[in-house]
Amino acid sequence: MQVSEAWLRELVNPPVATAELVAQLTMAGLEVDAVTPVAAEFSGVVVGEVLSTIQHPNADKLRVCQVNVGQAEALQIVCGASNVRPGLKIPAALIGAVLPGDFKIKESKLRGELSFGMLCSEKELGLAASSDGLMELPADAPVGVDIRDYLALNDNVIELGLTPNRADCLSVEGVAREVAVLNNLPFQATTFAAVAPQHTEALEVKVEATEACPVYLGRLIKNINPAAVTPLWMQERLRRCGIRSLSPVVDITNYVLIELGQPLHAFDADKLSAPIVVRRSRAGESLALLNDQTIELDGDALVIADQKQALALAGVMGGKDSAVYGQTRDIFLECAFFTPINVAGKARQFGLHTDSSHRFERGVDFNLQRRAIERATQLIIEIAGGSPGPVQEVAAVAALPPRVPVKLRSQRITKVLGIQFGDDEVHKLFEGLGMQVQVVENGWEITPPGFRFDIAIEEDLLEEIGRIYGYDNLPSSSLLMRSELGKAPEAQLSLARLQDCLVDRGYQEAITYSFVDEAMQNAVAPGEEFIRIQNPISSELAVMRTTLWCGLLNAALYNTNRQQSRVRLFETGLRFFYEDGHIQQRKMLSGVALGTVNTEQWGEKARKLDFFDVKADVEALFGLTGIAAEFVVYQHPALHPGQTAQIKNSRGDAIGLLGMLHPTLEKQLGFDSPVYLFELEQEAVLERKVPKFSALSKFPSVRRDMALLVEEAVSATAITRVIEECREAAIREISIFDIYRGPGVAEGYKSVALALLLQDFTQTLTDTEIDAIFRKVLDTLAAKLNAKLRE
Amino acid sequence: MSASIEDIVTQALQELAHAADLIQLDQVRVNYLGKKGLFTQQMKELGSLDPEQRRSAGQIINDAKNTFQEALDARKSTLENAELAARLASECIDVTLPGRGQTVSGLHPVTITLRRIAKIFAEAGFNVVEGPEIEDDYHNFGALNIPEHHPARAMHDTFYFDAHTVLRTHTSPVQIRVMESEKPPLKIIAPGRVYRCDSDMTHSPMFHQVEGFLVDTDVSFGDLKGVIFEFLRAFFEKEVNVRFRPSYFPFTEPSAEFDVSCVMCDGKGCRVCKQTGWLEVGGCGMIHPEVFKSVGIDNQVYSGFAFGTGVERLAMMKYGINDLRMFFENDLKFLQQFR
Repeated sequence: MQVSEAWLRELVNPPVATAELVAQLTMAGLEVDAVTPVAAEFSGVVVGEVLSTIQHPNADKLRVCQVNVGQAEALQIVCGASNVRPGLKIPAALIGAVLPGDFKIKESKLRGELSFGMLCSEKELGLAASSDGLMELPADAPVGVDIRDYLALNDNVIELGLTPNRADCLSVEGVAREVAVLNNLPFQATTFAAVAPQHTEALEVKVEATEACPVYLGRLIKNINPAAVTPLWMQERLRRCGIRSLSPVVDITNYVLIELGQPLHAFDADKLSAPIVVRRSRAGESLALLNDQTIELDGDALVIADQKQALALAGVMGGKDSAVYGQTRDIFLECAFFTPINVAGKARQFGLHTDSSHRFERGVDFNLQRRAIERATQLIIEIAGGSPGPVQEVAAVAALPPRVPVKLRSQRITKVLGIQFGDDEVHKLFEGLGMQVQVVENGWEITPPGFRFDIAIEEDLLEEIGRIYGYDNLPSSSLLMRSELGKAPEAQLSLARLQDCLVDRGYQEAITYSFVDEAMQNAVAPGEEFIRIQNPISSELAVMRTTLWCGLLNAALYNTNRQQSRVRLFETGLRFFYEDGHIQQRKMLSGVALGTVNTEQWGEKARKLDFFDVKADVEALFGLTGIAAEFVVYQHPALHPGQTAQIKNSRGDAIGLLGMLHPTLEKQLGFDSPVYLFELEQEAVLERKVPKFSALSKFPSVRRDMALLVEEAVSATAITRVIEECREAAIREISIFDIYRGPGVAEGYKSVALALLLQDFTQTLTDTEIDAIFRKVLDTLAAKLNAKLRE
Repeated sequence: MSASIEDIVTQALQELAHAADLIQLDQVRVNYLGKKGLFTQQMKELGSLDPEQRRSAGQIINDAKNTFQEALDARKSTLENAELAARLASECIDVTLPGRGQTVSGLHPVTITLRRIAKIFAEAGFNVVEGPEIEDDYHNFGALNIPEHHPARAMHDTFYFDAHTVLRTHTSPVQIRVMESEKPPLKIIAPGRVYRCDSDMTHSPMFHQVEGFLVDTDVSFGDLKGVIFEFLRAFFEKEVNVRFRPSYFPFTEPSAEFDVSCVMCDGKGCRVCKQTGWLEVGGCGMIHPEVFKSVGIDNQVYSGFAFGTGVERLAMMKYGINDLRMFFENDLKFLQQFR
């Protein structure tokens, strides 16, 4: 909503400057988004009349003009505009004038001809962004008058960002009412005398959808002057409110819309086949709208129709066929109240949004129609002539939105707002807002006016008090309330601890979009069913990620494309997928790493990252929880078939993946070095083992090493598991310290060097006992894994 | 004999003085005190003398040995000191060279900001709760007093999956989910990702909000003002001014937007605050009775307030970041500025 300050001040003129007025509006909940002067700074420009023009002797495009500027003698001014002609009234900048941009007008010589001023375009006066020629003023413009006074340019456009509950302020009158209350000034809505009918002709009106259209007023105005033009003052006011001037009848309906907040529509009466019916649309019906869009109606829309067709989408937009045009002489003026619920969503359903639908959706004053149609009639007669008929009114009072008194308890004012508010103050505040106040026990009953659709409960009234009194003037209290001791569940690790661990290990946290490109999603999780957004912002952000890898890989690429050869990123967030046909959202912790193990450093040879470096990072996370994780050989279509592990918890549930990006995909995505990825379910890594003490042995421990020859396929886990299964209590630790392939080891085999740490709780182990355990372990390994001791 | 001993001592002392290192020094020791050493031989020869001569000759040899031993110890100490000094000199390094090993990285500025917010509120007893990001329209709109076709729905620019499933447009659904399952008193902070179908210089289709709400008996608008005041002062770590402007949210009544005095110019007016001296921070209000009704909390007994704010916006103000889009580009040069 845009209003002209000068227009507003015509209705209510508080003794405060613009800045203060604007601050008042913002602090009362009518947020001012911008205040813009209607014209740029300039001075010394008056209304001039071109008396004569002659061709400049030395320049094809220039004319030498004699211009009457209200002084004793006409001025000679050289002008290059193509529309300059004798008789034309224009803004003339005199010697000494200062135009926008601090452009001073001086006496000058143009190609040898003296010029005592400059004739101006709208652009040169800062009234428009562009113009093609001089600004043409009406023929009756008074010569010599300062153009700022003549066009009332000492004005500002105030742009309000209104919240949807304040439809009552979608008019100059509504804003004026607020300004009056805020400044303790009386406010009386302008009364418009009824225009006496000059004929008795009328179009019959039937309202079938009474509940949707409780009030419908129509008036036939005959014989308007098709050649009439909108007066400059009205064009200017409309322009300042952001509305382009089109034709007198349309301009007048727009003017009343801005002035009072009531949308009106004018039909070309010759195109109508009475009676006019307000009804629900019929399925299959179509309507060609004013904006050249043709809409197909269902059975639910509300339309204004005649006997042949639907004429308008009620409260939204008129139809093309029945629109007024240049030759229209007889018009049918319509002014109705449509209930918000019947307009809401209709405009959007057809991709429309109009000044009319904006207001009806939010609520138009249902007592306003009579005033509005009289006001519009008066303006039409004034500007375009014509003879008005009687106003036909179809009204169903019972269908109007009820205005029920709302109880306001004085004790609630104190309790919620923390202030005391007396009877006088309540009367003054609410009556100023157009409400009726009735004193009742312990408080008041307040009835909202027809223009307020946001007063239904006591809290709404409290808000009005707070708003007008000023939120900033309400007391502020410190939070005094009962507090319980916090909880510190030990079996639960905080996500922050995991994040910090990764940060300490050189991973930077990233946050990527939850929606990703379908192609990336399919590349990273081929075959996985994903969830598609119906109305994505772009095709690159169209499907919900089933893995955080999509975004992380993109982020890694973003950085490798910017000369970062070493990238380590992690992200926490949801992955979205279907399970048994239902949408699931699961919290994940994922990472990507590529490049060297460490940043480039002196005295150390750079080493490329490998699977085990990243595995160590993942293991570090489990190390924080004390819960064992198992890494199982796994196949994933986006990962290297020989370098992928599924991660399982101690219950055997799959809780994550770790692997190298498949080389094909690595190349396809544009990476030039191996990329490692991991993804874990947060819940699984946040589960923590609460420590339980176990006694320490007092006896010395003994380390025994063995080098085992096994087939390539035998995994490290298989070996340690077999040893564990020997159930030798004295074996305290098993560690692998070397893997060897090469001379001395047959092709297809590897040598695995293991260390066993042995310790007993009751005695120092003897060599004989140690040898026995060692032999048992070897025999079991030989039996189960065909492992041999390497000599 | 005696003269001979004196010669030996003289020669021994000379050899000690010439020993250049501990190895040579040990050789000198062996030459004189070893099994075949000159002093040892002298001692062996004592056996051939008569007892009286043996005593005085023995005394002379012992004195000579002691003289030698003292000189040896002194020389050893000198050589050891020299060797240590040489080693220390050779081990001298440039301590200004960088250390080696893994370097520490950082958290995303959104996470840093969220953690600070959570910490500030945790100290007042607020608990952190998260909710789903794919929401049903009941929790995102209906239960928050935003019925279908309400103009406020259009303001939300919602991403849809089907008619009733959306990407949450705000963190307020967490309010509903908590109040559905827990009884007052409640003090909750709900951070997380939210989504709006809008993208330009100042709008991102995904951003973060943090919602806070409190439900108890006798909660007033003054309590809300107090909490917002204290929070913003704690967050910006300076005496910022805060103002409350009436606004409209279907799920609060009365509703307000809160602004903080511009943290760039301290309210004097600059490019960042568009010369107004104020920066819009978030929305707040007293929880609407309809919201209490939808979760079955008696609004005659309980009252509460809720507030919400954009996390990126707070981070931008705090760190002076001037481009919202940088938050999700994940450029390491941007991210690594935040530790």
